[in-house]
Amino acid sequence: MTRYSALALLKAGLTGQRGWDRAWRDPEPTTHYDVIVIGGGGHGLATAYYLAKVHGIRNVAVLEKGWIGGGNTGRNTTIVRSNYRQKPLHDLFDFALGLWEGMSDELNYNVMFSPRGALFLGHSDSDMTVLAQRGDALRCDGIDAELLTRDQVRKLVPLLDMSPDARFPVHGGLIQRRGGTARHDAVAWGYARAADSLGVDIIQNCEVTGIVQSGGRVTGVETSRGKIGAGRVGICVAGNSGPVAALAGITLPIEAQTLQAFVTEQVKPMIDTVIMSQSLHCYISQSDKGGIVLGGDPDQFPSYAQRGLPPRIERAAAEAIALVPALSRLRMARCWAGTTDMSFDGSPIISALPVGGLYLNGGWCYGGFKATPGSGFVYAHLLATGAAHRLAAPFALDRFAEARPSTKRGSARCRSCADDADRLPPLRSARASRVRL
Amino acid sequence: MMRIDCPHCGPRAQAEFAYERTLDSIVTLDMAEDEAVARLYARANPRGFDDELWRHGFGCRQWLVLHRHRQTHEIASVAAFDPAIHS
Repeated sequence: MTRYSALALLKAGLTGQRGWDRAWRDPEPTTHYDVIVIGGGGHGLATAYYLAKVHGIRNVAVLEKGWIGGGNTGRNTTIVRSNYRQKPLHDLFDFALGLWEGMSDELNYNVMFSPRGALFLGHSDSDMTVLAQRGDALRCDGIDAELLTRDQVRKLVPLLDMSPDARFPVHGGLIQRRGGTARHDAVAWGYARAADSLGVDIIQNCEVTGIVQSGGRVTGVETSRGKIGAGRVGICVAGNSGPVAALAGITLPIEAQTLQAFVTEQVKPMIDTVIMSQSLHCYISQSDKGGIVLGGDPDQFPSYAQRGLPPRIERAAAEAIALVPALSRLRMARCWAGTTDMSFDGSPIISALPVGGLYLNGGWCYGGFKATPGSGFVYAHLLATGAAHRLAAPFALDRFAEARPSTKRGSARCRSCADDADRLPPLRSARASRVRL
Repeated sequence: MMRIDCPHCGPRAQAEFAYERTLDSIVTLDMAEDEAVARLYARANPRGFDDELWRHGFGCRQWLVLHRHRQTHEIASVAAFDPAIHS
Protein backbone atom coordinates (compact mmCIF):
# COMPACT_ATOMS: atom_id res chain seq x y z
CA MET A 1 0.00 0.00 0.00
CA THR A 2 1.29 3.44 -0.90
CA ARG A 3 2.13 5.49 2.12
CA TYR A 4 0.43 8.87 2.03
CA SER A 5 2.89 11.76 2.15
CA ALA A 6 3.51 15.14 0.57
CA LEU A 7 6.14 13.53 -1.63
CA ALA A 8 3.77 10.76 -2.78
CA LEU A 9 1.14 13.39 -3.55
CA LEU A 10 3.68 15.40 -5.54
CA LYS A 11 4.85 12.36 -7.48
CA ALA A 12 1.29 11.26 -8.27
CA GLY A 13 0.63 14.83 -9.38
CA LEU A 14 3.06 14.33 -12.24
CA THR A 15 0.82 11.55 -13.57
CA GLY A 16 -2.55 13.22 -12.96
CA GLN A 17 -3.12 11.65 -9.52
CA ARG A 18 -3.78 8.28 -11.14
CA GLY A 19 -2.33 5.05 -9.86
CA TRP A 20 -3.27 5.34 -6.20
CA ASP A 21 -4.02 2.00 -4.56
CA ARG A 22 -7.53 1.52 -3.25
CA ALA A 23 -7.60 2.39 0.43
CA TRP A 24 -8.89 -1.03 1.53
CA ARG A 25 -9.70 -4.31 -0.19
CA ASP A 26 -13.21 -5.62 -0.81
CA PRO A 27 -12.70 -9.26 0.18
CA GLU A 28 -15.17 -12.13 0.12
CA PRO A 29 -15.70 -13.46 3.64
CA THR A 30 -13.73 -16.61 4.45
CA THR A 31 -15.26 -19.46 6.43
CA HIS A 32 -13.70 -18.69 9.80
CA TYR A 33 -12.13 -15.80 11.67
CA ASP A 34 -10.47 -15.66 15.07
CA VAL A 35 -12.53 -12.57 15.84
CA ILE A 36 -15.55 -11.10 14.11
CA VAL A 37 -16.47 -7.52 14.89
CA ILE A 38 -20.10 -6.74 14.04
CA GLY A 39 -20.38 -3.14 12.95
CA GLY A 40 -18.11 -1.15 10.66
CA GLY A 41 -18.37 2.21 12.35
CA GLY A 42 -15.45 4.06 13.85
CA HIS A 43 -15.54 1.96 17.02
CA GLY A 44 -15.65 -1.38 15.19
CA LEU A 45 -12.91 -0.44 12.74
CA ALA A 46 -10.73 0.93 15.53
CA THR A 47 -11.29 -2.30 17.45
CA ALA A 48 -10.13 -4.35 14.48
CA TYR A 49 -7.11 -2.09 14.00
CA TYR A 50 -5.98 -2.43 17.62
CA LEU A 51 -6.63 -6.18 17.58
CA ALA A 52 -4.16 -6.46 14.72
CA LYS A 53 -1.75 -3.77 15.84
CA VAL A 54 -1.56 -4.23 19.59
CA HIS A 55 -2.53 -7.89 20.03
CA GLY A 56 -1.25 -9.37 16.76
CA ILE A 57 -4.64 -10.93 15.98
CA ARG A 58 -4.95 -10.42 12.24
CA ASN A 59 -7.47 -13.07 11.24
CA VAL A 60 -10.25 -10.59 11.92
CA ALA A 61 -13.35 -9.54 9.99
CA VAL A 62 -15.42 -6.41 10.39
CA LEU A 63 -18.97 -7.05 9.16
CA GLU A 64 -20.97 -3.99 8.15
CA LYS A 65 -24.55 -4.21 6.97
CA GLY A 66 -24.29 -1.00 4.93
CA TRP A 67 -21.16 0.98 4.20
CA ILE A 68 -18.47 1.74 6.75
CA GLY A 69 -18.99 4.89 8.79
CA GLY A 70 -22.55 5.22 7.51
CA GLY A 71 -24.22 5.08 10.91
CA ASN A 72 -23.55 7.29 13.88
CA THR A 73 -19.91 7.78 12.88
CA GLY A 74 -21.19 9.91 10.01
CA ARG A 75 -24.07 11.52 11.90
CA ASN A 76 -22.56 13.23 14.92
CA THR A 77 -21.35 16.79 15.47
CA THR A 78 -17.67 15.66 15.41
CA ILE A 79 -16.87 17.16 18.82
CA VAL A 80 -13.95 15.59 20.66
CA ARG A 81 -13.25 16.32 24.33
CA SER A 82 -12.63 14.47 27.57
CA ASN A 83 -13.99 16.82 30.24
CA TYR A 84 -16.57 14.55 31.81
CA ARG A 85 -17.32 15.05 35.47
CA GLN A 86 -17.17 11.42 36.62
CA LYS A 87 -13.80 9.73 36.95
CA PRO A 88 -14.49 6.45 35.10
CA LEU A 89 -15.76 8.47 32.16
CA HIS A 90 -13.06 11.12 32.00
CA ASP A 91 -10.35 8.51 32.45
CA LEU A 92 -11.61 6.63 29.39
CA PHE A 93 -12.31 9.74 27.32
CA ASP A 94 -8.97 11.32 28.17
CA PHE A 95 -7.18 8.16 27.12
CA ALA A 96 -9.14 8.47 23.87
CA LEU A 97 -8.16 12.13 23.53
CA GLY A 98 -4.50 11.15 23.78
CA LEU A 99 -5.04 8.75 20.88
CA TRP A 100 -6.87 11.47 18.91
CA GLU A 101 -3.81 13.70 19.23
CA GLY A 102 -1.61 11.18 17.47
CA MET A 103 -4.21 9.58 15.22
CA SER A 104 -3.31 11.10 11.87
CA ASP A 105 0.32 10.03 12.26
CA GLU A 106 -0.59 6.63 13.68
CA LEU A 107 -2.94 5.83 10.81
CA ASN A 108 -1.06 7.71 8.08
CA TYR A 109 -4.41 9.30 7.31
CA ASN A 110 -5.39 12.91 7.88
CA VAL A 111 -8.36 12.83 10.23
CA MET A 112 -8.21 16.62 10.49
CA PHE A 113 -8.22 16.56 14.27
CA SER A 114 -8.42 20.20 15.23
CA PRO A 115 -7.88 20.94 18.93
CA ARG A 116 -9.51 24.33 18.73
CA GLY A 117 -10.83 24.31 22.29
CA ALA A 118 -14.14 23.04 23.62
CA LEU A 119 -15.95 25.71 25.62
CA PHE A 120 -18.86 25.18 27.98
CA LEU A 121 -20.85 28.34 28.62
CA GLY A 122 -22.16 29.23 32.06
CA HIS A 123 -25.40 31.19 32.07
CA SER A 124 -25.88 31.75 35.79
CA ASP A 125 -24.05 31.70 39.11
CA SER A 126 -25.10 28.12 39.66
CA ASP A 127 -23.88 27.14 36.19
CA MET A 128 -20.52 28.65 37.07
CA THR A 129 -20.42 26.73 40.35
CA VAL A 130 -21.08 23.49 38.50
CA LEU A 131 -18.44 24.31 35.90
CA ALA A 132 -15.91 25.17 38.61
CA GLN A 133 -16.58 21.88 40.37
CA ARG A 134 -16.21 19.99 37.12
CA GLY A 135 -12.99 21.82 36.32
CA ASP A 136 -11.56 21.00 39.75
CA ALA A 137 -12.45 17.34 39.38
CA LEU A 138 -10.76 17.23 35.98
CA ARG A 139 -7.62 19.03 37.12
CA CYS A 140 -7.27 16.63 40.05
CA ASP A 141 -6.90 13.91 37.42
CA GLY A 142 -4.53 15.92 35.28
CA ILE A 143 -7.05 16.82 32.59
CA ASP A 144 -6.89 20.37 31.31
CA ALA A 145 -9.77 22.60 32.32
CA GLU A 146 -9.70 26.35 32.62
CA LEU A 147 -12.43 28.47 34.12
CA LEU A 148 -12.99 31.60 32.07
CA THR A 149 -14.49 34.90 33.12
CA ARG A 150 -17.17 36.62 31.10
CA ASP A 151 -14.55 38.91 29.55
CA GLN A 152 -12.31 36.00 28.61
CA VAL A 153 -15.25 34.28 26.91
CA ARG A 154 -16.09 37.51 25.09
CA LYS A 155 -12.53 37.75 23.75
CA LEU A 156 -12.58 34.10 22.68
CA VAL A 157 -15.96 34.22 20.95
CA PRO A 158 -16.70 37.83 20.06
CA LEU A 159 -19.89 36.90 18.23
CA LEU A 160 -21.68 35.75 21.38
CA ASP A 161 -24.58 37.92 22.47
CA MET A 162 -23.13 39.76 25.47
CA SER A 163 -25.70 42.53 25.50
CA PRO A 164 -27.56 43.33 28.76
CA ASP A 165 -30.80 41.90 27.38
CA ALA A 166 -29.26 38.70 25.97
CA ARG A 167 -31.71 35.81 26.09
CA PHE A 168 -29.04 33.59 27.63
CA PRO A 169 -26.61 35.79 29.59
CA VAL A 170 -23.03 34.52 29.60
CA HIS A 171 -21.45 34.56 33.06
CA GLY A 172 -18.29 32.76 32.02
CA GLY A 173 -17.18 29.39 30.82
CA LEU A 174 -15.02 26.32 31.21
CA ILE A 175 -12.70 25.46 28.36
CA GLN A 176 -10.74 22.34 27.52
CA ARG A 177 -8.17 23.66 25.10
CA ARG A 178 -7.14 20.17 23.94
CA GLY A 179 -10.71 19.50 22.82
CA GLY A 180 -11.96 20.25 19.33
CA THR A 181 -13.33 18.55 16.27
CA ALA A 182 -12.26 15.92 13.74
CA ARG A 183 -13.34 14.81 10.29
CA HIS A 184 -15.74 11.99 11.15
CA ASP A 185 -15.66 10.12 7.82
CA ALA A 186 -11.87 10.22 7.78
CA VAL A 187 -11.80 8.48 11.15
CA ALA A 188 -13.70 5.50 9.73
CA TRP A 189 -11.68 5.51 6.51
CA GLY A 190 -8.35 5.93 8.30
CA TYR A 191 -8.98 3.03 10.68
CA ALA A 192 -10.34 0.92 7.80
CA ARG A 193 -7.27 1.51 5.67
CA ALA A 194 -4.86 0.89 8.54
CA ALA A 195 -6.70 -2.25 9.70
CA ASP A 196 -6.92 -3.58 6.15
CA SER A 197 -3.20 -3.10 5.65
CA LEU A 198 -2.63 -5.33 8.70
CA GLY A 199 -4.76 -8.08 7.17
CA VAL A 200 -8.23 -7.35 8.58
CA ASP A 201 -11.09 -8.15 6.20
CA ILE A 202 -13.60 -5.32 5.99
CA ILE A 203 -16.79 -6.76 4.57
CA GLN A 204 -19.49 -4.27 3.66
CA ASN A 205 -23.09 -5.01 2.66
CA CYS A 206 -22.99 -7.95 5.02
CA GLU A 207 -25.77 -7.91 7.59
CA VAL A 208 -25.60 -10.23 10.56
CA THR A 209 -28.91 -12.08 10.79
CA GLY A 210 -28.10 -14.65 13.45
CA ILE A 211 -25.56 -15.53 16.12
CA VAL A 212 -24.65 -19.20 16.03
CA GLN A 213 -24.13 -20.86 19.38
CA SER A 214 -23.10 -24.29 20.51
CA GLY A 215 -23.04 -25.38 24.13
CA GLY A 216 -23.53 -21.87 25.47
CA ARG A 217 -20.70 -20.53 23.36
CA VAL A 218 -20.71 -18.50 20.19
CA THR A 219 -19.29 -20.30 17.16
CA GLY A 220 -20.09 -17.87 14.37
CA VAL A 221 -22.65 -15.66 12.75
CA GLU A 222 -25.29 -16.04 10.07
CA THR A 223 -25.09 -13.18 7.59
CA SER A 224 -26.74 -12.00 4.41
CA ARG A 225 -23.60 -13.39 2.72
CA GLY A 226 -23.66 -16.78 4.37
CA LYS A 227 -22.50 -18.35 7.58
CA ILE A 228 -19.12 -17.32 8.97
CA GLY A 229 -17.40 -19.11 11.84
CA ALA A 230 -15.69 -17.19 14.63
CA GLY A 231 -13.76 -17.81 17.80
CA ARG A 232 -15.03 -14.63 19.38
CA VAL A 233 -17.69 -12.17 18.29
CA GLY A 234 -17.76 -8.53 19.32
CA ILE A 235 -20.97 -6.57 18.88
CA CYS A 236 -20.12 -2.94 18.14
CA VAL A 237 -23.27 -1.47 16.67
CA ALA A 238 -24.31 1.33 19.04
CA GLY A 239 -27.79 2.43 18.00
CA ASN A 240 -28.71 -1.13 17.11
CA SER A 241 -27.35 -2.98 20.14
CA GLY A 242 -30.84 -4.13 21.16
CA PRO A 243 -31.77 -5.94 17.93
CA VAL A 244 -28.29 -7.47 17.51
CA ALA A 245 -28.08 -8.68 21.11
CA ALA A 246 -31.59 -10.08 20.66
CA LEU A 247 -30.15 -12.40 17.99
CA ALA A 248 -28.38 -14.12 20.88
CA GLY A 249 -31.47 -13.96 23.10
CA ILE A 250 -30.04 -11.19 25.29
CA THR A 251 -31.91 -8.10 26.47
CA LEU A 252 -29.91 -5.03 27.42
CA PRO A 253 -30.47 -1.99 29.62
CA ILE A 254 -30.55 0.13 26.49
CA GLU A 255 -33.21 2.01 24.59
CA ALA A 256 -32.71 3.45 21.10
CA GLN A 257 -33.46 7.14 20.63
CA THR A 258 -33.12 9.65 17.85
CA LEU A 259 -30.69 12.54 18.06
CA GLN A 260 -30.48 15.16 15.35
CA ALA A 261 -27.77 17.45 14.04
CA PHE A 262 -27.86 20.29 11.57
CA VAL A 263 -25.55 22.25 9.34
CA THR A 264 -25.94 25.68 7.76
CA GLU A 265 -24.76 26.89 4.40
CA GLN A 266 -21.02 27.47 4.17
CA VAL A 267 -19.55 30.79 5.21
CA LYS A 268 -16.10 32.21 5.88
CA PRO A 269 -14.52 31.39 9.25
CA MET A 270 -16.57 33.03 12.02
CA ILE A 271 -16.39 30.62 15.00
CA ASP A 272 -13.03 29.02 15.79
CA THR A 273 -14.02 27.29 19.04
CA VAL A 274 -16.50 24.60 19.90
CA ILE A 275 -19.27 26.39 21.82
CA MET A 276 -21.44 24.24 24.06
CA SER A 277 -24.14 25.06 26.50
CA GLN A 278 -25.14 22.14 28.64
CA SER A 279 -27.94 24.13 30.22
CA LEU A 280 -29.49 24.57 26.79
CA HIS A 281 -28.19 21.43 25.06
CA CYS A 282 -26.85 23.61 22.30
CA TYR A 283 -23.66 22.73 20.42
CA ILE A 284 -22.08 25.06 17.87
CA SER A 285 -18.94 24.64 15.81
CA GLN A 286 -17.79 25.52 12.32
CA SER A 287 -16.59 22.79 10.01
CA ASP A 288 -13.51 23.20 7.86
CA LYS A 289 -15.82 23.51 4.86
CA GLY A 290 -17.46 26.51 6.54
CA GLY A 291 -20.85 25.15 7.58
CA ILE A 292 -21.98 25.90 11.10
CA VAL A 293 -22.70 22.53 12.72
CA LEU A 294 -25.43 22.51 15.37
CA GLY A 295 -26.49 19.82 17.79
CA GLY A 296 -29.62 19.77 19.89
CA ASP A 297 -31.90 17.65 21.99
CA PRO A 298 -32.81 13.99 21.55
CA ASP A 299 -36.41 13.10 20.83
CA GLN A 300 -36.98 11.52 24.27
CA PHE A 301 -38.84 8.44 23.09
CA PRO A 302 -37.62 5.19 21.53
CA SER A 303 -37.06 5.31 17.79
CA TYR A 304 -35.00 3.74 15.03
CA ALA A 305 -36.34 6.13 12.40
CA GLN A 306 -33.07 8.05 11.83
CA ARG A 307 -35.34 11.01 11.31
CA GLY A 308 -36.16 13.43 14.11
CA LEU A 309 -38.89 15.76 15.24
CA PRO A 310 -39.23 19.22 13.63
CA PRO A 311 -39.63 21.00 17.02
CA ARG A 312 -36.10 19.90 17.91
CA ILE A 313 -34.78 21.59 14.77
CA GLU A 314 -36.62 24.78 15.62
CA ARG A 315 -35.33 24.74 19.16
CA ALA A 316 -31.71 24.11 18.21
CA ALA A 317 -31.85 26.96 15.71
CA ALA A 318 -33.54 29.30 18.21
CA GLU A 319 -30.94 28.60 20.88
CA ALA A 320 -28.02 28.96 18.50
CA ILE A 321 -29.37 32.28 17.23
CA ALA A 322 -29.96 33.52 20.77
CA LEU A 323 -26.34 32.71 21.64
CA VAL A 324 -24.79 33.91 18.37
CA PRO A 325 -27.23 36.37 16.76
CA ALA A 326 -25.16 36.55 13.55
CA LEU A 327 -26.29 33.00 12.76
CA SER A 328 -29.80 34.32 12.04
CA ARG A 329 -28.57 35.35 8.61
CA LEU A 330 -27.65 31.81 7.62
CA ARG A 331 -29.84 29.24 5.94
CA MET A 332 -30.01 25.72 7.29
CA ALA A 333 -28.58 23.43 4.63
CA ARG A 334 -29.23 19.97 6.00
CA CYS A 335 -30.50 18.15 9.03
CA TRP A 336 -30.09 14.48 9.81
CA ALA A 337 -30.50 12.08 12.68
CA GLY A 338 -28.70 9.15 14.23
CA THR A 339 -29.96 6.41 16.50
CA THR A 340 -28.34 6.56 19.91
CA ASP A 341 -27.99 3.65 22.32
CA MET A 342 -29.35 5.19 25.52
CA SER A 343 -28.11 3.20 28.51
CA PHE A 344 -29.91 3.71 31.78
CA ASP A 345 -27.02 5.29 33.62
CA GLY A 346 -25.69 7.40 30.77
CA SER A 347 -22.50 5.36 30.48
CA PRO A 348 -21.31 2.90 27.85
CA ILE A 349 -21.36 -0.87 28.24
CA ILE A 350 -18.07 -2.57 27.32
CA SER A 351 -18.49 -6.07 28.54
CA ALA A 352 -18.63 -9.81 28.10
CA LEU A 353 -22.17 -11.09 27.57
CA PRO A 354 -23.82 -14.15 29.14
CA VAL A 355 -22.98 -16.19 25.98
CA GLY A 356 -19.38 -17.45 25.94
CA GLY A 357 -17.18 -15.66 23.42
CA LEU A 358 -19.75 -12.93 22.80
CA TYR A 359 -18.99 -9.34 23.77
CA LEU A 360 -20.73 -5.99 23.64
CA ASN A 361 -19.51 -2.46 23.07
CA GLY A 362 -22.50 -0.13 23.07
CA GLY A 363 -24.72 2.12 25.14
CA TRP A 364 -22.70 5.20 24.23
CA CYS A 365 -25.68 7.51 24.57
CA TYR A 366 -24.79 10.75 22.76
CA GLY A 367 -21.07 10.53 23.44
CA GLY A 368 -19.66 7.85 21.18
CA PHE A 369 -17.72 9.69 18.53
CA LYS A 370 -15.20 11.33 20.84
CA ALA A 371 -14.50 7.94 22.41
CA THR A 372 -13.77 6.19 19.10
CA PRO A 373 -10.04 5.44 19.48
CA GLY A 374 -10.22 4.70 23.20
CA SER A 375 -13.29 2.55 22.78
CA GLY A 376 -11.60 0.54 20.04
CA PHE A 377 -8.45 0.16 22.11
CA VAL A 378 -10.13 -1.17 25.26
CA TYR A 379 -12.58 -3.32 23.28
CA ALA A 380 -9.71 -4.92 21.37
CA HIS A 381 -8.14 -5.70 24.73
CA LEU A 382 -11.37 -7.36 25.89
CA LEU A 383 -11.75 -9.36 22.67
CA ALA A 384 -8.11 -10.43 22.62
CA THR A 385 -7.64 -11.34 26.27
CA GLY A 386 -11.17 -12.01 27.47
CA ALA A 387 -10.51 -9.66 30.39
CA ALA A 388 -11.60 -6.05 30.69
CA HIS A 389 -9.00 -3.34 30.19
CA ARG A 390 -8.46 -1.29 33.35
CA LEU A 391 -10.30 1.68 31.80
CA ALA A 392 -13.24 -0.45 30.67
CA ALA A 393 -13.72 -2.35 33.94
CA PRO A 394 -16.28 0.14 35.35
CA PHE A 395 -18.47 -0.37 32.29
CA ALA A 396 -19.35 -4.05 32.70
CA LEU A 397 -22.93 -5.09 32.05
CA ASP A 398 -23.38 -6.60 35.51
CA ARG A 399 -23.24 -3.18 37.17
CA PHE A 400 -26.98 -2.85 36.73
CA ALA A 401 -27.78 -6.03 38.60
CA GLU A 402 -25.22 -5.18 41.26
CA ALA A 403 -27.10 -2.01 42.09
CA ARG A 404 -29.70 -4.29 43.60
CA PRO A 405 -28.78 -3.59 47.25
CA SER A 406 -29.89 -0.04 46.71
CA THR A 407 -33.36 -1.32 45.89
CA LYS A 408 -33.70 -2.36 49.52
CA ARG A 409 -34.38 1.26 50.22
CA GLY A 410 -37.30 0.97 47.87
CA SER A 411 -35.80 2.74 44.91
CA ALA A 412 -36.68 -0.10 42.57
CA ARG A 413 -40.22 0.84 43.30
CA CYS A 414 -39.76 4.38 42.25
CA ARG A 415 -41.84 5.26 39.25
CA SER A 416 -38.83 6.12 37.20
CA CYS A 417 -35.78 3.98 36.64
CA ALA A 418 -33.82 7.24 36.71
CA ASP A 419 -34.38 7.38 40.47
CA ASP A 420 -32.88 3.95 40.78
CA ALA A 421 -29.88 4.58 38.64
CA ASP A 422 -29.07 7.65 40.75
CA ARG A 423 -27.70 5.21 43.28
CA LEU A 424 -25.21 3.47 40.99
CA PRO A 425 -22.10 4.66 42.78
CA PRO A 426 -19.33 5.21 40.23
CA LEU A 427 -21.33 6.31 37.24
CA ARG A 428 -23.31 9.23 36.03
CA SER A 429 -26.92 9.18 37.07
CA ALA A 430 -29.63 8.50 34.57
CA ARG A 431 -31.23 11.73 35.60
CA ALA A 432 -28.08 13.59 34.66
CA SER A 433 -27.88 11.62 31.44
CA ARG A 434 -30.89 13.49 30.19
CA VAL A 435 -28.43 16.33 30.08
CA ARG A 436 -26.33 15.67 27.03
CA LEU A 437 -22.75 14.83 27.77
CA MET B 1 -44.25 14.35 14.40
CA MET B 2 -46.83 11.79 15.33
CA ARG B 3 -50.49 12.43 15.89
CA ILE B 4 -51.76 10.46 18.82
CA ASP B 5 -55.44 9.61 19.02
CA CYS B 6 -56.11 10.08 22.73
CA PRO B 7 -59.12 7.99 23.78
CA HIS B 8 -60.22 10.85 26.05
CA CYS B 9 -59.38 13.96 23.99
CA GLY B 10 -59.27 12.82 20.36
CA PRO B 11 -56.38 13.26 17.92
CA ARG B 12 -53.69 15.57 19.30
CA ALA B 13 -50.17 16.56 18.34
CA GLN B 14 -47.43 14.44 19.82
CA ALA B 15 -45.96 17.51 21.52
CA GLU B 16 -48.74 17.23 24.12
CA PHE B 17 -47.58 13.77 25.17
CA ALA B 18 -44.60 12.42 27.04
CA TYR B 19 -43.14 8.95 26.70
CA GLU B 20 -42.75 7.24 30.04
CA ARG B 21 -41.50 3.67 29.55
CA THR B 22 -42.36 0.37 27.98
CA LEU B 23 -45.42 -1.39 29.31
CA ASP B 24 -43.36 -4.43 30.34
CA SER B 25 -41.15 -2.33 32.60
CA ILE B 26 -43.83 -1.32 35.06
CA VAL B 27 -42.80 -2.35 38.55
CA THR B 28 -45.55 -3.13 41.02
CA LEU B 29 -45.29 -2.78 44.78
CA ASP B 30 -45.50 -6.50 45.46
CA MET B 31 -42.83 -7.49 42.97
CA ALA B 32 -39.82 -9.56 44.07
CA GLU B 33 -36.53 -7.66 43.90
CA ASP B 34 -35.01 -9.78 41.16
CA GLU B 35 -38.00 -9.28 38.95
CA ALA B 36 -38.17 -5.58 39.78
CA VAL B 37 -34.52 -5.11 38.77
CA ALA B 38 -35.03 -7.08 35.56
CA ARG B 39 -38.08 -5.02 34.71
CA LEU B 40 -36.30 -1.77 35.43
CA TYR B 41 -33.25 -2.49 33.33
CA ALA B 42 -33.98 -5.06 30.64
CA ARG B 43 -35.54 -3.74 27.45
CA ALA B 44 -36.56 -5.73 24.39
CA ASN B 45 -35.87 -2.49 22.48
CA PRO B 46 -37.24 -3.97 19.24
CA ARG B 47 -36.82 -2.49 15.82
CA GLY B 48 -40.57 -2.89 15.40
CA PHE B 49 -43.76 -2.69 17.44
CA ASP B 50 -43.70 -2.38 21.19
CA ASP B 51 -46.24 -1.49 23.87
CA GLU B 52 -45.44 1.83 25.47
CA LEU B 53 -46.78 3.88 28.33
CA TRP B 54 -47.30 7.54 27.42
CA ARG B 55 -48.86 10.40 29.37
CA HIS B 56 -51.07 13.07 27.89
CA GLY B 57 -49.41 15.79 29.96
CA PHE B 58 -50.82 18.78 28.11
CA GLY B 59 -54.32 17.29 27.76
CA CYS B 60 -56.28 14.97 29.99
CA ARG B 61 -53.08 14.05 31.92
CA GLN B 62 -54.07 10.40 31.73
CA TRP B 63 -51.77 7.42 31.15
CA LEU B 64 -52.13 5.77 27.76
CA VAL B 65 -50.86 2.54 26.22
CA LEU B 66 -49.57 2.91 22.67
CA HIS B 67 -48.78 0.02 20.38
CA ARG B 68 -46.24 1.83 18.24
CA HIS B 69 -43.71 0.89 15.56
CA ARG B 70 -40.32 2.28 16.40
CA GLN B 71 -39.07 2.64 12.89
CA THR B 72 -42.14 3.81 10.97
CA HIS B 73 -43.84 5.51 13.98
CA GLU B 74 -47.08 3.81 12.97
CA ILE B 75 -49.42 3.77 15.96
CA ALA B 76 -51.55 0.66 15.70
CA SER B 77 -53.62 1.33 18.80
CA VAL B 78 -54.04 3.75 21.71
CA ALA B 79 -55.84 2.61 24.82
CA ALA B 80 -56.49 4.13 28.20
CA PHE B 81 -54.20 2.60 30.81
CA ASP B 82 -56.05 0.14 32.99
CA PRO B 83 -54.09 -1.30 35.93
CA ALA B 84 -56.30 -4.37 35.93
CA ILE B 85 -55.27 -5.22 32.36
CA HIS B 86 -51.88 -3.62 31.94
CA SER B 87 -49.89 -4.38 35.07
